[in-house]
Amino acid sequence: MEAVSNHEGGPRILNSLSSRRLPEENPSLDKVLSISNLTKTYDNGYRALKGVDLAIERGEIFALLGPNGAGKTTLIGIVCGLVRPSGGEVLVDGCDIATDYRAARKKIGLVPQELSANMFESVWGTVTFSRGLFGKRADPAFVERILRDLSLWDKKESNIRQLSGGMKRRVLIAKALAHEPEILFLDEPTAGVDVELRREMWEMVRRLRDKGVTIILTTHYIEEAEDMADRIGVIDKGEIILVEEKHALMRRLGKTRVTVGLSRKLDAIPPGLFARPLDLAEDGLSLAFTQKGEDDSGAGAEPGLADLLKQLAARGIDFRSVNADRSSLEDIFIDLVGKSR
Amino acid sequence: MNWIGVAALYKFELARTWRTLFQSIASPVLSTALYFVVFGSAIGSRMPPIDGVPYGAFIVPGLILLAVLTESVSNASFGIYLPRFTGTIYEILSAPVSAIEVLLGYVGAAATKSVLLGLIIFATARIFVSFELVHPWWSLAFLVLISVTFALFGFLLGLWADGFEKLQIVPLMVISPLTFLGGTFYSINMLPTPWRKIALFNPIVYLVDGFRWAFYDIASVGPAISLSLTLAMLLICVGLVIYVFKTGYRLRT
Repeated sequence: MEAVSNHEGGPRILNSLSSRRLPEENPSLDKVLSISNLTKTYDNGYRALKGVDLAIERGEIFALLGPNGAGKTTLIGIVCGLVRPSGGEVLVDGCDIATDYRAARKKIGLVPQELSANMFESVWGTVTFSRGLFGKRADPAFVERILRDLSLWDKKESNIRQLSGGMKRRVLIAKALAHEPEILFLDEPTAGVDVELRREMWEMVRRLRDKGVTIILTTHYIEEAEDMADRIGVIDKGEIILVEEKHALMRRLGKTRVTVGLSRKLDAIPPGLFARPLDLAEDGLSLAFTQKGEDDSGAGAEPGLADLLKQLAARGIDFRSVNADRSSLEDIFIDLVGKSR
Repeated sequence: MNWIGVAALYKFELARTWRTLFQSIASPVLSTALYFVVFGSAIGSRMPPIDGVPYGAFIVPGLILLAVLTESVSNASFGIYLPRFTGTIYEILSAPVSAIEVLLGYVGAAATKSVLLGLIIFATARIFVSFELVHPWWSLAFLVLISVTFALFGFLLGLWADGFEKLQIVPLMVISPLTFLGGTFYSINMLPTPWRKIALFNPIVYLVDGFRWAFYDIASVGPAISLSLTLAMLLICVGLVIYVFKTGYRLRT
């Protein structure tokens, strides 16, 4: 991973983090999943989760980001019943996963990371099986709708082993949806999936969200989280280091590099031109500065692009282009995880 | 109880039998038929009756058990090992089914297959040799008990195994030899004294003896002892399965 050393203001990010580590508790919001002080220590002594607190709101798309080995899969595993927690509490729509596991698990659908399916079964058979396993009565019309939604209807009689990787992934999604869950976990859903299918899949995720399904996904493709998620959580070394609404996060921790291309070469920055650090390119043909968020000049404290352009115009310096390069969630992520190491 | 879930698992496992029909039904039936041809008709016609039962008929209960025991163990062990191996176990672990329900689905299906297989071999045997059933209900009871016990044992094997090799080794290297030595082809009364004593340590002796008693009302150790030991084996397997589930052994980390 590329180190982001050229970004200034790193310590400030950390400071602001420590004061805003947890999601703001707002009782009026409807929590569909509440995780409190969840810990997991594996038999070999490895501490995968060190006291995770997390609340997921009903109907949102939540992206859980974290480097490999951060504890994402363990966290999902505990909520879904694959891994036994060492301590803490998980409530799924008010049902405790330990004492009321039947009610809790009925509300959850899991699409695992690996493409594991009963290779010798038909698509129809395996999706029907999943519905039954979760204690739902057979409903061929519902299963048909799921298969049609996922463009699997023509393949319903096919053996799963004959399907392509992308199709298999859809079958897993169909299986996870077969019992009409309220929460859908997608663990690395687009790993190894081609661009077109990835786009289709996100389209489907949006449709599910529109139907009121809460979606929690983990992904390595940060641009996906950026496109899709309502809120972002970052987990590292078994701890949630940040949970925030995506746009707020980008505003707060993102940076924008604004570059103004000049018509004529400038030898030096005229004194008093701009009240914040300004860089003149080596060729003297562009001026650039970095601002926090997408635009931090609104509050009036710091001058923004508009001020710079006015100043340039006032001094008769012609410019021909303006370019604003927003930092991506990936930069923010690398920053966060890098700083916490 | 999530009966719909149990039914889904049970049906899924039985469907696997139809997909692997040859392997799970046809091949044991064929090999048992060969035993009848060789030992029952060809060699058996030159053998004196044992305890008043013609040799061809004498070996029927033991041969049925030979197939039922190995198939119960293989079916149940493959049934649970396969999802562990392919990773599809995630779905069962994340489903609202209790350990008992999973067990009912897998062991129920494996035992059902074994009982069916036993009945099919029974019918096949009738083609080669003629015999009477003295205690039909007891023979069915023994068949069901033994199928369930060994399906449970197979389930445990499938949880314990960490490779296909171990799954095959136990039926081939443990169950089959013990069944051969357990009085399938002879009465243990025919053995010289030290070997007879040693044979009594072989649990399969009691299964074969009890099952044969249900067929012909002849026994070396007696039906009460056979039945008690069969039930004891069932309880041991149930106990082990409960222990395994309590500790989450090999399923949940």
